[in-house]
Amino acid sequence: MEQTQILQILNEKFPGSVVEEQPKAIVIKGESFLGIANLLKGSDLDFANLHCVTAVDRRDKIEVVYHFYTFKHKFMLTLKVFLAMNDLNIESLANLWKSANWLERETYDLFGVKFLNHPDLRRILNPDEWTDYPLRKDFDRPDFYRLPQSEGLKAGG
Amino acid sequence: MNDPGTSFIKKGDELRSEELIVNMGPQHPSTHGVLYLELRLDGETVVDCRVHIGYLHRSCEKIAENRTYTQFIPFTDRLDYIASMNNNLGYVLAVEKLLNLQVNDRVHYVRTIIAELNRIGSHLIGIGTFAQDLGAYATPMFYCFRDREIIVQLFDELCGGRLTYNYMRIGGVQTELPPHADKIIKDFIKYERAKLKEYNELLTYNAIFLARTKKIGILKPEVAINYSVTGPMLRASGVKWDLRKDEPYMIYDRFKFDVPVGKNGDSWDRFKVRLDEISESLKIVEQAIGGLPAGNAVSKINKVYKAPPGEAYLRTENPKGELGFYLVSDGGLKPYRNKIRSPSFSNIAVLPELIRGLNVSDAVCVLGSTDVVMGEIDR
Repeated sequence: MEQTQILQILNEKFPGSVVEEQPKAIVIKGESFLGIANLLKGSDLDFANLHCVTAVDRRDKIEVVYHFYTFKHKFMLTLKVFLAMNDLNIESLANLWKSANWLERETYDLFGVKFLNHPDLRRILNPDEWTDYPLRKDFDRPDFYRLPQSEGLKAGG
Repeated sequence: MNDPGTSFIKKGDELRSEELIVNMGPQHPSTHGVLYLELRLDGETVVDCRVHIGYLHRSCEKIAENRTYTQFIPFTDRLDYIASMNNNLGYVLAVEKLLNLQVNDRVHYVRTIIAELNRIGSHLIGIGTFAQDLGAYATPMFYCFRDREIIVQLFDELCGGRLTYNYMRIGGVQTELPPHADKIIKDFIKYERAKLKEYNELLTYNAIFLARTKKIGILKPEVAINYSVTGPMLRASGVKWDLRKDEPYMIYDRFKFDVPVGKNGDSWDRFKVRLDEISESLKIVEQAIGGLPAGNAVSKINKVYKAPPGEAYLRTENPKGELGFYLVSDGGLKPYRNKIRSPSFSNIAVLPELIRGLNVSDAVCVLGSTDVVMGEIDR
């Protein structure tokens, strides 16, 4: 299976959704993202595995990068969605792939991308009281940190 | 209860139990590092579980953005610190993919031998600590550490480190194998094959061990795939999937070996798959050391180099699962972004599904059988 085949299917089923074709990735629009994700999982393409979710800060925009894998066709698809810095919202895939739950929490924690309809969007690596997004390029690394007094984890919350 | 006259409990009153929240970790001997499990218990049964991670977060990915490609290799040692060689390998392969760099055959062979030896070491620790978690106090673990010691000493001679090796280089390796490595490795293969039989007698078919692990923490294959569980955990669920076999990288397609799979996906299967993988790794090492070509494996590329703009995603089969590196370059000396997709991160996320409805003691068993390393989860 090749990336061009996927591109063809996307152009057929979701005309106008593909923004750009990169050598190793397809960039799509945020609006049609959930529909495309449903297609990838449900159809004959059978992308059963969401391998990796991450983001790249390009200063003027944040690229959310998804790596889907299909065991059936032995192909890894890289999908990208570009988000403008003033609107960092994208649909969550946690209802389709359970692995998205933690991977999206990590991306939220480190980049501040808000995943809509995520079941449990909390910080995962940093403390809950943390306010910055450390993997952004404009993140200022102070020499000394003091976190606000922790209230502790809410029991059974 | 039958005689109301002799009991404090009146007829019609029933014993009720209240839910109790127990914090297991972050400091707990069986959490394999600083992992914090928040268990909601009804009596001794786990009703629900929440996994809290991040206690070992060292922001490796941010550090990577401020280091050159070579300078980041020692940091990969600290991800899965039990299988440092495999992490080194995954990273240098990803950088080589980004640079579009070809290496000679000897490099491939040396890397394969070293990586497979480290896989054996990692699995030995995995099964040793698993038995320790189950209460087989010290003996299996000491046996496993005894065997691993041979590998560790070879690595010590090779690169001067016993835990963090920093051995792989972009375009090669740090040093050549020592002249007597051939003999050490061949002796080890012979020795370990005999010991594996011993482990089967000691643990695998031991009645107490079976009672503790069989049908405990069953992971169904579709759940495993949905959670992106990889490595021995996925194979124990019956999914015959190994990157070395199905999408061979390096020279794994030249070797004959099997992919052990489990049947039920329970804790015993996960243990057995690891044990079987040791003997498969021994097969690979044996073939690789036999066919080791002459030449020079030491890296000869420049100390300073720029990567062309672009991106590369490469995953390798680590002892714990599929380790992926997503490297983005803007054409500079340093990576613009380095995402580490660690296998343990996804493998531990499935834990609540496995231990719901089990006893607390069985939760420890399941956690031990997942064989996660916190350094890799928190990065």
